[in-house]
Amino acid sequence: MRKIALSLLLLISGGSAYAETDGQSFDQIARGRQLAIAGDCAACHTASGGRPYAGGRPLETPFGTLLAPNLTPDRETGIGAWTDDEFVRAVREGVGPRHNLYPAMPYPYYTKMSRADVLAIRDYLATLDPVSNKVVANQLPFPYSIRWNMSVWNALFFTPGEFAAKPEKSQEWNRGAYLVDGPAHCGACHTSKNILGADETGSALKGGVLQGWYAPNIINDSRDGLGSWSVDDIVTYLATGRNQMSAATGPMAEVVVDQTSQMSREDLRAIAIYLKGEGGDSASQTVPVPANDPAMQIGQAVYADQCTACHGLKGDGIPGLVPTLRGNAAVQSPDVTSLRRILTDGARSVATDAAPTGAAMPAFGWKLNGEQMAAVLTYIRNSWGNAAAPVSQP
Amino acid sequence: MTRRLPPTDAVIIGLGWTGSILAQELTAVGLNVVAIERGPWRDTATDFPTTYAQDELRYHIRHDLFLRPAQETMTFRNNANQTALPIRSWGSFMPPNGVGGGGTHWNAETWRFLPSDFRQRSHNIERYGKNFLPEGMTIQDWGVTYEELEPYYDRFEYLCGTSGTAGNLKGEIKKGGNPFEGPRSREYPTPAQKQPYGPTLFAKAAIEMGYQPFPQPSGNLSQAYTNPLGVTLGPCTYCGFCEWFGCGNYSKASPQTTILPILVRRPNFEARTLCEVVKINLDPAGKRATGVTYVDSNGDSWEQPAELVLLCAFQLFNVQMLLWSGIGKPYNPSTNEGVIGRNYSYQVTSSVNAFFDEDKIFNPFISSGSIGMCVDDFNGDNFDHGKLGFIGGGYIGAVQTNGRPLQSTLTPKGTPSWGAGWKQAVKQHYLHAYQTVTHGGCCSYRDAYLDLDPTYTDAFGRKLLRITFDFHENELKMSQHLTDRVAEITRAMGPRQLDKFPRTGHYNSTIYQTTHTCGGVVMGDDPQTSALNRYLQSWDVPNLFVTGASAFPQNAGYNPTNTVAALAFMAADAIVNQYLRSPGPLVQA
Repeated sequence: MRKIALSLLLLISGGSAYAETDGQSFDQIARGRQLAIAGDCAACHTASGGRPYAGGRPLETPFGTLLAPNLTPDRETGIGAWTDDEFVRAVREGVGPRHNLYPAMPYPYYTKMSRADVLAIRDYLATLDPVSNKVVANQLPFPYSIRWNMSVWNALFFTPGEFAAKPEKSQEWNRGAYLVDGPAHCGACHTSKNILGADETGSALKGGVLQGWYAPNIINDSRDGLGSWSVDDIVTYLATGRNQMSAATGPMAEVVVDQTSQMSREDLRAIAIYLKGEGGDSASQTVPVPANDPAMQIGQAVYADQCTACHGLKGDGIPGLVPTLRGNAAVQSPDVTSLRRILTDGARSVATDAAPTGAAMPAFGWKLNGEQMAAVLTYIRNSWGNAAAPVSQP
Repeated sequence: MTRRLPPTDAVIIGLGWTGSILAQELTAVGLNVVAIERGPWRDTATDFPTTYAQDELRYHIRHDLFLRPAQETMTFRNNANQTALPIRSWGSFMPPNGVGGGGTHWNAETWRFLPSDFRQRSHNIERYGKNFLPEGMTIQDWGVTYEELEPYYDRFEYLCGTSGTAGNLKGEIKKGGNPFEGPRSREYPTPAQKQPYGPTLFAKAAIEMGYQPFPQPSGNLSQAYTNPLGVTLGPCTYCGFCEWFGCGNYSKASPQTTILPILVRRPNFEARTLCEVVKINLDPAGKRATGVTYVDSNGDSWEQPAELVLLCAFQLFNVQMLLWSGIGKPYNPSTNEGVIGRNYSYQVTSSVNAFFDEDKIFNPFISSGSIGMCVDDFNGDNFDHGKLGFIGGGYIGAVQTNGRPLQSTLTPKGTPSWGAGWKQAVKQHYLHAYQTVTHGGCCSYRDAYLDLDPTYTDAFGRKLLRITFDFHENELKMSQHLTDRVAEITRAMGPRQLDKFPRTGHYNSTIYQTTHTCGGVVMGDDPQTSALNRYLQSWDVPNLFVTGASAFPQNAGYNPTNTVAALAFMAADAIVNQYLRSPGPLVQA
């Protein structure tokens, strides 16, 4: 609790006084490690099978591939030679010592972090073994390869500025808001993007598409958001990768492993409280597709044959193993990218220490035709009280 | 050239049930464990997904999950006067292959043996006198008692989430369970599976005849269950594709659904699949295993040094590995000396086919590898053998394992074996026929044994294992008796026609019976008649433990897996709590 209280204090005071503290103190380094986890830094800055934070992981963006740089204290190839100010500026403003960063580095979110928190992360990174690993980050094709473009992008889309707590809200809410909109950068996936890859205004956390997955609405909207989840449901999901209704898969599986399952329960609870306080206004008037619709009838037959063994006759699923389809927000989401993908290719749910099973759904793309797949998705989106737009054949 | 790898704490040969159990128990206390498996890695969603797991042609007819005889096989003969020939297509038993081993394709019938089974020799001599045992019968006590094994049966059942109804709770006989079972320390982790029509009718008839039927204990779960390791299984859907198949629904207890999700997260565990152990290496004195030599799928040869060697392969391959490695004295039937290959036994099964009028609809497709109602009045020594002229017995019951389309084709005696008449009979009887079964034990004999074949060799040039085995009069009498008893109950179900098939004649290696081959590396308390002590530790090489039904001195009238697993848990406990503290023999000979 002390750590949390301290963090909140820093949050509210801006934390500038803390920058002068001993960068080798246990508290500082431990706090920095927790913040690096909350920021999910290792996810991008560690190559598959590589040394932690030594960089080199390819990041696929709609504009091409970037390689995440080396964050270890190596002076030649890492950030060992950077000054504190250079590090803070890179993290919070996307401006490195030599050139602009691309916003694949989520500085539009990290800008909300306090200088003290950013320096705590640096103090933690300074404790890592230096790894000599030269990474040429920019693999983008012309014209995206011209880094100067980012000045224009920043002028258009980047609003620098530290998080400002709302005194009328609870400390937990403020902590949650800071984490979600700052280090945890949830919107990087869960907010839809414009054509230049910046967050759509007015769409914060209402869902976005990336890497062939739909990152769903994570605010309190009733049908396609987290409206039906309690704060505890959200905490359980983030801590273990699953809850009674759902299980993490795809890119979120990685987020759970590297980030949320390692965060403190207090921070996860703060996140849940903040998310539950947003939205909630889209009490959707959607009317379900009628059961006698031809697609619904095909879907019902396919569902009975192929899906009931695990998902149950009424979409109940199996606690701890198979997600519930009835009342499931992801099933009713406006975008069906993930639904199509999971049905076609199958998906494995994340395994964590707390929930190690990691059950998987098999692929059906080889077995069902396009009409059957569209119909069964339409069926699960419009049965047992669910309601969502029918799914068309791709 | 064999390249030497860095040493590890323990090397496991074969990653099936017992290999997984030992790997879990040893990695949990911090040992570095390398498991070497001849077959491929196998996992539920990738290898037997629900989308195609129920493929009888692929898995049952074409043996997809099993070892290929071209990879390794054995020769067979009924007696020492014959010349054994290689088995070129699996018949009476199905050697498993790949991660999960037999635990992937089993029916999940999860029985405990009777207390008297563990001292079958002493018990029968005490009750019937020494002369009651026929000449040449070599049954012996196990060196472990039911009471000692009970906590480990409990461990395995709670690992699996076994569904059943207790019949003896701490000595108190419970209605609805098996009144003959040994005392269990607590209830089954999950309630018994639901029973379809056939077993219900069988149980009703059995009760009317004064028997005490009970649901067969099942590793196909009646409800979702999270085991003590935190791994979750789902409820069985009664699809009836268990034996020969992997379960796509996460509802059959197997290494995949109970242990492997934990093992793959442990940094001190490593599995090397598609790697075949060639032999266990010994120090120059032959008193200590130094590790194993194996060949990978590239044909490259590797030495894996280890402090502990855990031989966890299928029963026949455990025997073979010890003979190849020169560990323990090979059994010699003419002198009845030596231990490796001694006391090979099997399982004596039989069946009764009953054909009913069309008002009785059995819906055989509603099935699971271990749903059924059983009667244990004729198992072990639960009944007086004095006037019967044999010892041992088995459970009898209505066990509805499957109604699969290709081979669930019960037809009455007299039906043509092919053509339009056969098709007509299959169609007529599919819903209205019912098969009841007996599952008898098998004693061990001086002339039933395993050794190395003098003629045939495998792909690596090693001698094939030779099986010399036939049924004996004791077992055939037992099978006749059990078959008559189950037929009486079955007749009370009201069939129009009833055909009995007791086990008769010579053992036939080409006809599927069960995969419950036993013995050859038996446990006991005398190194002259056993290869292993009560902890499955080799008498000759104390840093070698050998798990599996190879340790059974003879087989009881039950499916063996629960006992195989309980012995593995007991061995793991002994390794962790005794051996690691003071490496060396755990029992002084």
